[in-house]
Amino acid sequence: MERMRTPYGRVAGLGSAKEGVQHWWMQRLTAVALIPLSLWFAISVAGVGGSYEAVHAWLRVPGPSILMILFLGSALYHAMLGVQVVLEDYVHCEKAKIASLVSLKLVTVLLAVAGIYAVLRVGFGG
Amino acid sequence: MAEFTLPANSKVGTGTTYKAPAGAKRVKSFKIYRWSPDDGQNPHLDTYEIDLDQCGPMVLDALIKIKNEVDTTLTFRRSCREGICGSCSMNIDGTNTLACLKSIDECKGDVKIYPLPHMPVIKDLVPDLTQIYAQYHSVKPWLETDTTPPPDSERSQSVAEREKLDGLWECILCFCCTTSCPSYWWSGERYLGPAVLLQAYRWIADSRDEKTGERLDALEDPFRLYRCHTIMNCTKTCPKGLNPAKAIAEIKKLMVERR
Ligand code: SF4
Ligand code: SF4
Ligand code: FES
Repeated sequence: MERMRTPYGRVAGLGSAKEGVQHWWMQRLTAVALIPLSLWFAISVAGVGGSYEAVHAWLRVPGPSILMILFLGSALYHAMLGVQVVLEDYVHCEKAKIASLVSLKLVTVLLAVAGIYAVLRVGFGG
Repeated sequence: MAEFTLPANSKVGTGTTYKAPAGAKRVKSFKIYRWSPDDGQNPHLDTYEIDLDQCGPMVLDALIKIKNEVDTTLTFRRSCREGICGSCSMNIDGTNTLACLKSIDECKGDVKIYPLPHMPVIKDLVPDLTQIYAQYHSVKPWLETDTTPPPDSERSQSVAEREKLDGLWECILCFCCTTSCPSYWWSGERYLGPAVLLQAYRWIADSRDEKTGERLDALEDPFRLYRCHTIMNCTKTCPKGLNPAKAIAEIKKLMVERR
């Protein structure tokens, strides 16, 4: 069937999706935000040390709490955009592609909500 | 899924070796990809030993010599033999380039010649470019306007406006860039590829064109445009020294600018 279409018809396909700018722009924006945020995260984690009490005490303070939420949000959002591109590049079976893209988005939201909830709990004295 | 190994019927075997004539002093071996749609065989590499003292300096000279004097069945495209028609593009010594601009001396060791990568092969070194030509057609590579030009003159363009087309108009549509782009390999049926996007930008950048908005609309798509991940293979391989990756980046900039 598809082979009977003209090459031009196949290339024209369903037309342009009129999107992609937002994805491209957010990927860059989160990348820029992640430069200071990941530096801050690495330095703080190294400084605070590994004990539960130390991390707990550090994360209770509003500054680290807020930065931690921002870091989690940008890192997960950035990772999701990146993995989405990889899936679109390499998974060509339409069903598997949709399934993996949907799972990716749900897992990202789950991780983000769980992470932010944890930080807030500590911040508000949990 | 993207395929990382060749399908069984595309595995390349070893073919015939055509010896250099006795007494040849400067012998160079050309290992050339051969495949014919007519014999039901897998592709194979034939080896042609050529006496460089009896051959012109470019890879295309050797191919023509082989076709004229050794093996008339060898099939390839060529026309201008001076880097302007874009028909002799192929993969030589591991990079996509024009056989007529690639000097034999630049190739260390045997000269390996394959068709442009990841394209359907019609025969030997001739790839099927039907899809790429349709993609080129789809970006409307001609001047589009709503107004008519003044009856007594042409549409004028300042020197500065004309300069914006430098680095774009020189493209000869050889598709060395597009067929070197991994994104085009994996998603070529939807991604337009560097050559076509450079051509699209050539009309977007033309001050006389009045359909810039429509042109950007047609490109604004996760696959048509945004499959470019700035891998830069295209710019590295372009035998005319052009920079398709930059043209693509300019389109992406305009997409943000018009929001
Ligand atoms: S810069 Fe873009 S078009 Fe060029 S090779 Fe890379 S992905 Fe392909
Ligand atoms: S940009 Fe260069 S490599 Fe690509 S089609 Fe044009 S001339 Fe060939
Ligand atoms: S023969 Fe015309 S570009 Fe090589």
